[in-house]
Amino acid sequence: MKHCLELWKLFSVFFRIGLFTFGGGYAMISIVEEACVERRHWITQEEMDDLIVVAESTPGPVAINCATFVGAKQGGFPGAVCATLGMVLPSFLVILALSRYLDRLLMLPLIAHAFRGVKLAVGILILDAGRRLLLRLPEKPLPLMIFSVSLCSILVIDYLSQRLSSTVLLLAAVGVSLLCRAIWKGGTDQ
Amino acid sequence: MILWELFLGFLRVGCFSFGGGYAAIALIREVVRAHGWLSDETLSYIIAVSESTPGPIMVNLATYVGSTQAGVLGALVATFAVVLPAFVIILVLMAILRRFVTNPWVKAAMLGLKACVTGLILATALELLWANCVSDSAPDLTAIVLTTTLAGLYFGSERLFKRKLSPIMLIAVSAVLGAAVYGI
Repeated sequence: MKHCLELWKLFSVFFRIGLFTFGGGYAMISIVEEACVERRHWITQEEMDDLIVVAESTPGPVAINCATFVGAKQGGFPGAVCATLGMVLPSFLVILALSRYLDRLLMLPLIAHAFRGVKLAVGILILDAGRRLLLRLPEKPLPLMIFSVSLCSILVIDYLSQRLSSTVLLLAAVGVSLLCRAIWKGGTDQ
Repeated sequence: MILWELFLGFLRVGCFSFGGGYAAIALIREVVRAHGWLSDETLSYIIAVSESTPGPIMVNLATYVGSTQAGVLGALVATFAVVLPAFVIILVLMAILRRFVTNPWVKAAMLGLKACVTGLILATALELLWANCVSDSAPDLTAIVLTTTLAGLYFGSERLFKRKLSPIMLIAVSAVLGAAVYGI
């Protein structure tokens, strides 16, 4: 019985997160962090950081990765299923129910205006997610260098309207870290 | 059979879409075009719509394409297929990483990835904020004032009201503010 309650909790929390995830996975990071780390202590801050890294470096929606991880951590396989289901269900139901009317609905001035506001909030939430990650980055030369290089290269490349897959950047970051570790082998973390 | 095709097509999207929703769009476009499921115009439109409906963009697109091709069952199959790889990969990685998380090489790689992901996320935030506040290379005053107000509320709420404004509340407040300010 207690287990069922726990599963229901996982489902309902992620259902709410799914319902309020607009504009892709990055904005959702702040929401998951608030709900699962700060408020409920389902996972630790370090686990959350690792999760963001893993979610970003593996295929599939970041939101699904997060739900599966927290669910499995909290309630094993059934927990993973419940949390993932909760995350997917809101968008599934909304699209299924509204697919025929969605265009007309989004044309309504009130809704269109509300979404312009939401878009501004999404920018702030993504900024917050990045800011928190940055604050927790070890203040050592290598991570700070990788951070600034990836930030600047994305901004410059997008400004020049070129395309660079984030996968390339992530692979380069791994390569550089491993190389540095190989060069200064034996020493503690650079 | 259409259900099987939907399953395979979206399984492919789920397996190879690294880096979140926006990167996946190119792959989804390729798969959808190969099967002739949607016209380019409808696809662009539904991508725009996906940004204003809740949930991961990939899930939205899978549900939409599935339902237009084969009704509710098609939506179920396509959504299941797009979610499955991420679900399995995380479960497998959790089992593996637990054993290797103390390995110094794995630690070094994770730290490098973390630094890079931090850069990616902040770059996305800056670009989105810029795009929101500048339209046609002229500053959009309303958007700037609104963004500043929302950011002040969000980051300052802990000091002001002794209680942090939750991200979900921020979304709700922003919708109300948007409707009120742009509606006038």
